[in-house]
Amino acid sequence: MPENTDTPDTIAGPAESAALASELFAPGVGAQAGPPTTPASDTGTAGAGPGSHSHGGPTPTGSPAERFSSADPDDFAVVTGREEQWRFTPMKRVRPLLEGAGSDARLELTTDLPDGVELTTVGADDPLLAGLPEPVDRLAALTRVNAGGATVVRIPAEAQLDRPVTLSLRGTGSADVVWGQTVVEVGRHAAATIVLDHSGEAKYSGGVVVLVGDGAHVELVSVQEWAPGTAHGGQYDAVVGRDATFRQAVVTLGGDLVRLVSNVHYTGPGGTAELSGVYFADETQHQEHRLWVDHSTPNCTSNVVYKGALQGEQAHTVWVGDVRIRPAATGTETYELNRNLVLTDGARADSVPNLEIETGEIVSAGHASATGRFDDEQLFYLCSRGIDAETARRLVVRGFFADVVQKIAVPELADRLMGTIEQRLGALPGLEEQDVEVESELQPA
Amino acid sequence: MSETTGSVLEIRDLHVTVGEGDETKEILRGVDLTIRSGETHAIMGPNGSGKSTLAYSIAGHPKYTITGGTVTLDGEDVLAMTVDERARAGLFLAMQYPVEVPGVSVSNFLRTAATAVTGTAPKLRTWVKDVRTEMEALEMDAAFAERNVNEGFSGGEKKRHEILQMGLLKPKMAILDETDSGLDVDALRVVSEGVNRAKANSSVGVLLITHYTRILRYIEPDFVHVFVAGRVVEEGGKELADKLEAEGYASYLKADADAAAAIA
Repeated sequence: MPENTDTPDTIAGPAESAALASELFAPGVGAQAGPPTTPASDTGTAGAGPGSHSHGGPTPTGSPAERFSSADPDDFAVVTGREEQWRFTPMKRVRPLLEGAGSDARLELTTDLPDGVELTTVGADDPLLAGLPEPVDRLAALTRVNAGGATVVRIPAEAQLDRPVTLSLRGTGSADVVWGQTVVEVGRHAAATIVLDHSGEAKYSGGVVVLVGDGAHVELVSVQEWAPGTAHGGQYDAVVGRDATFRQAVVTLGGDLVRLVSNVHYTGPGGTAELSGVYFADETQHQEHRLWVDHSTPNCTSNVVYKGALQGEQAHTVWVGDVRIRPAATGTETYELNRNLVLTDGARADSVPNLEIETGEIVSAGHASATGRFDDEQLFYLCSRGIDAETARRLVVRGFFADVVQKIAVPELADRLMGTIEQRLGALPGLEEQDVEVESELQPA
Repeated sequence: MSETTGSVLEIRDLHVTVGEGDETKEILRGVDLTIRSGETHAIMGPNGSGKSTLAYSIAGHPKYTITGGTVTLDGEDVLAMTVDERARAGLFLAMQYPVEVPGVSVSNFLRTAATAVTGTAPKLRTWVKDVRTEMEALEMDAAFAERNVNEGFSGGEKKRHEILQMGLLKPKMAILDETDSGLDVDALRVVSEGVNRAKANSSVGVLLITHYTRILRYIEPDFVHVFVAGRVVEEGGKELADKLEAEGYASYLKADADAAAAIA
């Protein structure tokens, strides 16, 4: 059988060196709290750091054991591109954001707000902002300052929305950097889907915080269908309440540079976070997704699935998935998966999962990362049914993505995104009149 | 070839290896078989005898290297064809372990395959009816069509799905690789009936590869070939299956070992 590039790892039950690891970290330190700490050395090398477990290829990931965060940009050194957090990012493209001045430029905002949803803005001195998770890099800190306040979406407790909250954010091609901060507050036991739909051309740095109330069910969908010429940076934070469920789907298809950092924090036991992502990089596009799931309370679950495809010279994608299970986070269940499909030569996918376990009393923790070309067995199966290799490839790539996209809670949006992906793949021969009818007619009468 | 004269799949002195360099291993060591339209041939043999290798070699799996011999379908050189060309020429392989294709729905897959095999997209109305009829006959739920190909299918569902494809794609020659393995009695009956239906509705030639005689109670073979150590060691009618049922493969394995010893 052909080589399998999957490197699944599962660690369940007592983690080795957990006791030792727990001495390294102050118990219960949150990502948003505490003074700057020195990154523990060697945490990125598989087996070298106590409790760390990483597959970064020959290069150590160097992910800091404790993440420095601050609302003050000057607490972060000027970015050189040599820092762990920035080493994959093309400096030439991100510099306009990092060096951008405060501005009045805004994205064009169109909203669809179901009844009961409140949209307001608050000033920089609003107490709401002080309570948010802190920025974890210089760009995010600059964004917090330059945004000068926030757009706030409030969904009241126990609300059951009849449709998604949609914020369409369109870049107008302004040369100035657009700074934005969005806060979504979801009350306890409410159920809501929020769509951030990015398009147009912009230099945009936007922070997004979702405060998920106890027992609430929230899905955030962030679509990056930017026009060429766009640079988009952003830090996304989800603060997941007790017994709450947070789902996030990040779909990055457009723009020259997209660099999104997604963090998950739990404020009580029983929280669930499902983070999914799809990205598709063409020639020269840089798409970078960094995740940090901070298990600090007991009995929480996190599940991460990111899938990417690349085609064309200098298409570059980066996925860094950090999961930390703190000593207090007993009963944690976590899994993260990243798969990349490289469609042509000259493209590069970096994938760095990193798992740090500081308690042995967990349910399970694992990750898998695979970067490869097509699965030969899938190709053989399809070809053995008369389907030519090229059509088979397109079917498989479409299927590769559909898998994740189909799970987005907004079917019209999922269809639109699949449409965009299909365009990028080229039309499938012989299937112009799609089989939608077939599928519906096959339903039981 | 027209229906009246029928098709013929001829395998002559087929030699196949797997692996490369020092790892190269010869699996098929001179296979001869001729299958005509309407005939059902059972190939029976112990584990590791190369039965599946024969099936996958005919279908063109890249893992296997043909080192000698020929395979022709109605005189056309099958070994010179790509995998998809073989299917379009009329060959079908029902796999023992069908592959999951995440994100590709059964209905989309079936229609894409039918379009490829027939050369034109099937007429929607008749196609939908054909699929529905075939699925009902295989006791498959209609919702099955919306699931992803083989994803999360039970063993029985995978085999039904394979036979569903055989029914819809109407091959000239169908190779069924251990289609019976892992099936409970109910599923075995349903799947066997599917094969018999395809045989009744067309002149398909069937090469039935199996380890057990069980399926031969449902699908009656015209010929039985005993396959040991990469070649056919005995041939006969269906009574040969009864002999195997009673005696197993032990005598063949011993004979083969003796022969190998004699050569050494």
